[in-house]
Amino acid sequence: MTPDVVLVVVVGVLFATGAILLMERSLSRALLGVILFGNGVNLLLLLAGHPGGVPIVGITPAEEMADPLPEAMILTAIVITLGLTAFLLALAYRSWQLIGHDEVRDDPEDRRIVRRAERDQVSGPDDSTTEGPLAPDGFGGLDPEQVDPEPPPRRFDGPATEPPQPPGGTAGPR
Amino acid sequence: MTFLVPLPVALPLLGAALTLVLVRRPVLQRTISVAALGATLVVAVLLLWYAYRSGPQVVRIGGWPSPVGIVLVADQLAALMLAVSVAVTLCVLLYSVGEGRADPGQHSPVVIYHPTFLVLTAGVTNAFLAGDLFNLFVGFEILLAASYVLLTLGGTEARTRAGTTYVLVSLLSSLIFLTGVGLVYAATGTVNMAQLASRLDALPDDLRLALQLVLLLAFGIKAAVFPLSAWLPDSYPTAPAPVTAVFAGLLTKVGVYAIIRSETLLFPDGRTDGLLMVAALLTMLVGILGAVAQNDLKRLLSFTLVSHIGYLLFGVALGSVAGLAGAVYYVVHHITIQTTLFLAVGLVERRTGSTHLDRIGGLARLAPLLGIMFFVPALNLAGVPPFSGFLGKLGLLRAGVDAGGLLPGLLVAAGSLTSLLTLYATTRAWNLAFWRAPRLADPDAAPGLPALMVGATTVLVLLGLGLTVGAGPIFDIGVEAAEDLRLRLPYVEAVLPGDGP
Repeated sequence: MTPDVVLVVVVGVLFATGAILLMERSLSRALLGVILFGNGVNLLLLLAGHPGGVPIVGITPAEEMADPLPEAMILTAIVITLGLTAFLLALAYRSWQLIGHDEVRDDPEDRRIVRRAERDQVSGPDDSTTEGPLAPDGFGGLDPEQVDPEPPPRRFDGPATEPPQPPGGTAGPR
Repeated sequence: MTFLVPLPVALPLLGAALTLVLVRRPVLQRTISVAALGATLVVAVLLLWYAYRSGPQVVRIGGWPSPVGIVLVADQLAALMLAVSVAVTLCVLLYSVGEGRADPGQHSPVVIYHPTFLVLTAGVTNAFLAGDLFNLFVGFEILLAASYVLLTLGGTEARTRAGTTYVLVSLLSSLIFLTGVGLVYAATGTVNMAQLASRLDALPDDLRLALQLVLLLAFGIKAAVFPLSAWLPDSYPTAPAPVTAVFAGLLTKVGVYAIIRSETLLFPDGRTDGLLMVAALLTMLVGILGAVAQNDLKRLLSFTLVSHIGYLLFGVALGSVAGLAGAVYYVVHHITIQTTLFLAVGLVERRTGSTHLDRIGGLARLAPLLGIMFFVPALNLAGVPPFSGFLGKLGLLRAGVDAGGLLPGLLVAAGSLTSLLTLYATTRAWNLAFWRAPRLADPDAAPGLPALMVGATTVLVLLGLGLTVGAGPIFDIGVEAAEDLRLRLPYVEAVLPGDGP
């Protein structure tokens, strides 16, 4: 059996447009991509079967029946896509509520590396905890390997908003 | 004993329904979810016993004869994965119950957490037991849909961002998988895996390779194999600790399970072995180099998770009985250890208020027990003898040496290097977080930890140690499972009596 050429072309177009939209930053566009892609897959499943009469025993002779299995699979796939579309819409709405748009931003790690590159900084060794945008608060100059700095602190201190100590400073625990 | 086979899917789903009805009764809700998972664990262990003693257990849903209806198959591999993952899931559930009791409504919104968690379990068990490709797809969708909800619990800004990437990537992999299912059906006219085994053999080689690559691409995204793994360290660390733990333990392993199943049962000719080995090599090295560069415990562990998927892939790519058996043992080890580490890091976060290595220190003095709970699994992950990580790596590396050749040799070298770098990454984390001067990111963090959370983590640590003690029997099951996988006949005969490949 040869599949219908029009359907094959439609599947190709849906896959291509879906894939392009999926690469968008805005979640609502990516969602459209998911829907197009999903429909392309559904049509592809339909192509996997063969056409024919109603697949009910007693109405259509067995040889003339359409293949019912791909249709069952498509039905399942549609239900799943519908549910996930609703979820993605909710996610896009939540994103809009929180930050005013639904564009997916970069990973925090990537942003950190970009910031470092802009300042022409390399990441320091583990014990230089005082440099870089993520320098912690109030740990300047303390030898991190030293278990018992003077005086032995029990619970470390300092509000979280204090500015970082300059590198090489000798500030102990306050 | 075939009536047991559908229970690992049915029990958690039933539990999910009940807990959803009982949203206003938190105590009852917790009791039901623990009971449901406990019962599932008992069933899974029984299934493993029967599969080990008397071969694959098959149930035909609705009594439809095999290639027509849906089948659930519990062979040794599926039953072993089932038992381990349910045991780990139960521990994580107890941990989150402890967390929920300690500060109600703070970290885990009780109302939807329990039903979703149980649905996730049902999806995982369904994927393990599925006897046809489409049911495998449905299993994946169940667990993914539940994981979307769990990952975005609370809907904070960070989780919305991470959730978006995660959902889109997972959706794409599901669509590719569904495309693969459609193409396989178009080529063979069936989605029953036992029947596919013989029908795929009859296809032209290149067509079969194309089908294999489509499925491998889909499973590779789910299993976080290197070029397709970037989504994982980005999304996992933002979720609550128990959620990250269960994701790390199970979700990628379901992808690995699907790779093992399809590479052995459906496409045994090994034409992608070279590709898989290169992917395994890159997964190991790139993953662990990422871990070395991280300053955050959760991100560090996410990278080690990616890296160690490489070992599993290595075992699968070798395709020999020794390689597959090593991979099976390594899966069991890795599920347990990676989950334990994430739970321990959850406790660290609770105790100190952060998981950032620059902001915490001296935990070994502040919380010695927590130190042990991190240190032992960390060494275990790195593969220090006599822990199970060492045994698993040894098995895989020996299988690689036995195989001979350039690529396996390279992989043995890369595996050893990865093991060393894992040791470096974890001891570095240990030095920074547990050694040094005591220092808490949040000075007001409660000094005590809830007993149930500590207890659940301890049980997992002990389970990880138990893998060393029980290594003999588990390896035996692994070898038998691997032999069955290589032969294909036991699986096919169990599903379709009198119709070998």
